[in-house]
Amino acid sequence: MTPLLLSSYTATTCLGCGLDATLASLRQGRSGLAPCAFETVDLATWIGEVAGVDDQQLPDSLRRYDCRNNRLAQLGLEADGFAEHVRQAIARYGKTRVGIFLGTSTAGILQTELAYRRRDPVSGALPDDFIYRCTHNSFSVAEFTRDYFGLEGPAIAVSTACSSSAKVFAAAARQLALGSIDAAIVGGVDSLCLTTLYGFASLQLTSPLPCRPYDVARDGISVGEGAAFALLERTPASLPAGALLLLGSGETSDAYHMSSPHPEGLGARLAMQAALRSAKLNPAEIDYINLHGTATPANDAAEGKAVAALFGDRVACSSTKGATGHTLGAAGAVEAVICALALGHDLLPGSPQTENLDPAFALDYLLRSRDGRVRHALSNSFGFGGSNCSLIFGVAA
Amino acid sequence: MNAIPLTAWIEGIGFLAPGLPDWPTARAVLRGETAYDAAPAVLPAPSILPAAERRRASRVVKLTLAIGLEAAAEAAADVSQLAAVFANSGADGHNCHALCEQLASADRQISPTRFHNSVHNAAAGYWGIATKSMAPCQVICGYDASFGAGLLDALGQVVVDQQPTLLIAYDSEYPEPLHSKRNTPDCGGVALLLTPTQTARSQAQITVSPSTAAADRLADSELEALRTSIPALRALPLLQKLVRGEFGPVCLDYLPPMQLAVELQPC
Repeated sequence: MTPLLLSSYTATTCLGCGLDATLASLRQGRSGLAPCAFETVDLATWIGEVAGVDDQQLPDSLRRYDCRNNRLAQLGLEADGFAEHVRQAIARYGKTRVGIFLGTSTAGILQTELAYRRRDPVSGALPDDFIYRCTHNSFSVAEFTRDYFGLEGPAIAVSTACSSSAKVFAAAARQLALGSIDAAIVGGVDSLCLTTLYGFASLQLTSPLPCRPYDVARDGISVGEGAAFALLERTPASLPAGALLLLGSGETSDAYHMSSPHPEGLGARLAMQAALRSAKLNPAEIDYINLHGTATPANDAAEGKAVAALFGDRVACSSTKGATGHTLGAAGAVEAVICALALGHDLLPGSPQTENLDPAFALDYLLRSRDGRVRHALSNSFGFGGSNCSLIFGVAA
Repeated sequence: MNAIPLTAWIEGIGFLAPGLPDWPTARAVLRGETAYDAAPAVLPAPSILPAAERRRASRVVKLTLAIGLEAAAEAAADVSQLAAVFANSGADGHNCHALCEQLASADRQISPTRFHNSVHNAAAGYWGIATKSMAPCQVICGYDASFGAGLLDALGQVVVDQQPTLLIAYDSEYPEPLHSKRNTPDCGGVALLLTPTQTARSQAQITVSPSTAAADRLADSELEALRTSIPALRALPLLQKLVRGEFGPVCLDYLPPMQLAVELQPC
């Protein structure tokens, strides 16, 4: 693909709001995970909860969108001056020429879960103040963002579980290549809810401890939440040194199982290969891989095999989910921003919580963060339904 | 306007809606050869799935397999190689209701199968397992604009990636109490196999561009009601012009104020 410029980007997770907090945590190897005390959830698990989400007040004109997911979206959009960069892009290109491509797995379904506790005792009806379209529906976060900026162009929500906000980069790149739009707000927003917490627990995929990606004793995920965004534009004629670029993407399907990865990581390997082809790079040219690394026994085993098959032990890699938790539909965008920070600051992020690397992996797995030259970074995101996406980012010399 | 035209050829069509169990039936009704006969949507048992999976298949899985396979069969395409774009306004409404009901009860131990079936891309996941396709598979939600959103992304894959792409746009109903908040009446969907180049099987060429015009409507009030009540069926004016051989412009509802102007050309 033709490289695209990330002219602005930001991430908000349990590590904090914005790039400074995220970068400082990555450098220090700090984790934002804490024992689950979310809402009325009664599960022995750890979560990555974003502070201050419910303090967010949506603008009066957008009150119909009020729910935890859109509050988190607003918190994320206002970090690092991202919203101002978007407004400048709209001023440059026009309100029909900036598209929206956002990933989410559950959007504001928490609002529906809460509404089901307030059903009319006689009729069973949901309360009048519950607005399905603007909260629960998967498109709600994209529509909220479109109305937040007064945009009139295309907008989509991608919802492929935990690969959602990686795939938005590929979708936006296609429309930029076609010239349908001049800039794209890409990103992911997913927020804590009972469906995912109890759901992953039902599959016995949540750890009772903070998640330990690629650890020999790994025993499941820590559910997190997050909002991460990037503004994608075609590259200008002369690129300033240090400009962050999207260089390639690869999307595949496992065609294997709804909630288990292909045991050899076949779909994952094909996605990484497709991303390398798209970026016109060899495996040896990748300096850092941000792994999907959920810390379930099956995911890390399959992904580790796929990465070793392609890259051997020559490429530094880590999962940052021990720091952020698994932000599900936001994970692709969160980890894209982590790759951008790695590229922009020559940082090789470590893997908080992981203590004893599983000896089954012949990988250059980073337990601790360290400095190191990063010119090209690859990020993996895989989801239920066998949905795989790999992205490659680079930095202009 | 686009720097590169969003152009593709339609090679196969799949269709299912209330009273219109398959594409041949829908084609005859859209041509005006037979009258529309309102009836609940009939979802065939998906023969491509193993017997146990077939019995458990949800309504959205049956719907998407029916229309996707119908479109691919018309084009004699190998489904195991096809990139796919799924576009739907909501996921499996019955499964969602059961989950929300249980999570509001004293016993929150939901079933793992219910959980993995709750993802928006559940039907796409079963499609991959059934067809053994490891090709890219996109899953989009655009609420009422889902058909247009899916069409734009599918055209992106056809034109930029130069690969035949199967667009599967579909919707299903919610039971009460969610039905009162989102009143999609029944299952309905349309599948289009879009290709980057013309072949002997091409039925028509489409070129899509943005517009602010009003969408074309259907003269038949019952068909028009299907168009407006089931988001995937916003495609109906395009399908009607295609089967009647009425080439030229047709406008489809997308995301106000943005509409999609489709230029329909014979092969």
